[in-house]
Amino acid sequence: MVQLALFCLFAVVAVASGVAVFRVDSMARATYALALSFVAVGAVLLLLDLAYLGVVTVLMMVMEMAIMAVFMIMFMMNPGGLMPMSMLHNKRGALALSAVVFLALGAGALLLPWPKRRGTAPADPTQAVGEALMGPKMLVMMGIGAVLFTTIVAALVLASAHGRYDHGPYDRGGSGARQPQDRTTAEDGT
Amino acid sequence: MTLELLLLLAAALFAVGLFGALSQQSVVMVMMGLELMLNGVIVAGAAFWYFLAPANADGQVLVLLVIAAMTVEMAMGFAVVTLLFRAKDVDTTDMAAELKR
Repeated sequence: MVQLALFCLFAVVAVASGVAVFRVDSMARATYALALSFVAVGAVLLLLDLAYLGVVTVLMMVMEMAIMAVFMIMFMMNPGGLMPMSMLHNKRGALALSAVVFLALGAGALLLPWPKRRGTAPADPTQAVGEALMGPKMLVMMGIGAVLFTTIVAALVLASAHGRYDHGPYDRGGSGARQPQDRTTAEDGT
Repeated sequence: MTLELLLLLAAALFAVGLFGALSQQSVVMVMMGLELMLNGVIVAGAAFWYFLAPANADGQVLVLLVIAAMTVEMAMGFAVVTLLFRAKDVDTTDMAAELKR
């Protein structure tokens, strides 16, 4: 009974803060609303005896949202919400499609004959997932490692001002790009 | 707490995220919508593990995979936004019809 009450509380918080992400004026507030939604989902995972995954979700998403808040302030036109403005397009269409998707998924959840529970949960689910990842699911772990490394390289190449072929303002290759001293001279008009 | 209730929560989170991903103009807000959709997938994966097959760790591995996907999406999204802003001085999807300089 207590578990059900806690689940209802966390579920309401998760969905309400998720809705708040797209309702509040301030982009910083939107970021922290999303963080709250992730914390509530992490708490739901804890209710399902998934201690490791719940804690990982909370820690990773809180850090992600902290970084996202910085990006919001960097790139958004109105990060503080002092000048309320609409940043939406095709709101009705998006709302209708989302409602249809929710109704379809909800109907599937309620109407499908789900199979009976097979087996019982291990005494320590964290140990079970660790042994699976270091044993029969090793390929998944290796794949995640390779993808994360590729992401680091790709994100740096994309975000770097110099780009893939280093044709930035300080290019010293043979591509004919201007040198820093040339640039200064040209800007001075001499 | 039942499987149906958890799947309803997952569906609600997925639908709210879908609304954000489809309706927002800012690329960063679109990313937030995608994150909310993956949030729903995490709940569904954990619910399937707990209520259908808790004996093996497949559901837990799926949740880990989704968390990794969220991390990758976030890093690449921010890199693309930085590139877009540097190249075209825009941060909205409407103004970024193409990435070509």
